[in-house]
Amino acid sequence: MIDDFDTHATHAPVTLTLGLILVLPVVAAAVAYVASAVIEIRSKKRGWPIYRVALWLLGLMVVALTLVGPLAERSHTDFFAHMATHLMVGMLAPLLLVCAAPLTLALRTLSVDPARRLSRLLKSWPLRFLTHPIPAAAINIGSLWFVYASPLSSMMFSNPLFHYFLLIHFFIAGYLFTASLVSVDPTPHPVGFPLRTAVLLVAIAGHSILAKYIYAHPPQGTTAISAEPGGVLMYYGGDLLELALLVVFFTQWYRAAGRRLLSSAPGARLQASPRPAL
Amino acid sequence: MSQVEQKTKTRLLRDKSFWSAFLIGVAVMAAVDEIVFHQILGWHHFYDRATPEIGLLSDGLLHSAELIALVAGFFLLADARRRESFSPVAGWAGCFVGSGLFQLWDGIVDHKVFRIHQVRYEVELLPYDIAWNAFGLILLTVGIGLSLREARRRSRD
Repeated sequence: MIDDFDTHATHAPVTLTLGLILVLPVVAAAVAYVASAVIEIRSKKRGWPIYRVALWLLGLMVVALTLVGPLAERSHTDFFAHMATHLMVGMLAPLLLVCAAPLTLALRTLSVDPARRLSRLLKSWPLRFLTHPIPAAAINIGSLWFVYASPLSSMMFSNPLFHYFLLIHFFIAGYLFTASLVSVDPTPHPVGFPLRTAVLLVAIAGHSILAKYIYAHPPQGTTAISAEPGGVLMYYGGDLLELALLVVFFTQWYRAAGRRLLSSAPGARLQASPRPAL
Repeated sequence: MSQVEQKTKTRLLRDKSFWSAFLIGVAVMAAVDEIVFHQILGWHHFYDRATPEIGLLSDGLLHSAELIALVAGFFLLADARRRESFSPVAGWAGCFVGSGLFQLWDGIVDHKVFRIHQVRYEVELLPYDIAWNAFGLILLTVGIGLSLREARRRSRD
């Protein structure tokens, strides 16, 4: 059986060291964001909403919980715990972090030269490609199928280094996917709502079908006993997080439609928020 | 032409009230199926292993569409209301048509054509299938009745 206590024991020191190293950039991200937000709030010119600071810290905490701690330890050997970390690092954390608008904050607080370099980087062709909803969704959902339906899935339990690599990959892919659909930060190419809705339809279907596939075909390195609850968690947990993503997505649509309505009929009585969406 | 006149002239099938509630109707029926039959009664499981590949694909797309329809429906409804063009009768008509069509789709296409799952296992299936589809038909009939009434009212005004 895979969640054998011996395997667990031999992994523990390695995973703890690796986990602690990986937590360092998470802490750095928290410090940098809070420092920038404080500068913005102190300057009193524009300010910075406190709820975004809270979203950022919450998102980073979710990431940290998948790197160190009891859940992180179990996730290297137990498929159910692994699936929990997958949902946290690939779906929940990206949504929280994207809504915290880190790039907007960075562009505001950086001095002119680094800010220019950052915006040039965002406009470079690899990032323009990766942040388009279609490649972003293809990478996100495609890599999930690639990992869970191939021998790679057994490697993630035998090699903790590979498991951490996967978590980082899930995080980056999940962040690009979420950012390509929910544009809180400036995006290099605005994509219309119909295309983004279509991408969401296919991506959510791909995720839920994979959850059932895992349930029926335990990935290599797992047993049916751990694959079944893992698949069910992926299905229903994924649903809840997709619902949250959809609420943010359609809130943005609602606000954009309100702004259009307001500009087409200035006298119309309606409550359209002039604030940027979320 | 005043806004009020324009409103009554809007054809029912181009009405935001109808379509937003239609989406909610579809999604609520699907959610009732998942919560009551999959989880509370456990008559059919979320995946019964006997499903062919095409059924799995269809079920996944349907599930995804249901989630999107639920959220999109409520936001479209809010949009129709803020435009002051919301008509409750058209809304109910859309809701019944949507839920009825979903129930029939699930009962005929999912259960019978793609054979994703059945209503219940290890029982005589026919009464369950008839009850399932008859319920869908009643919902759809109510929805069409309301739609016709609303359409007639609009052409009369």
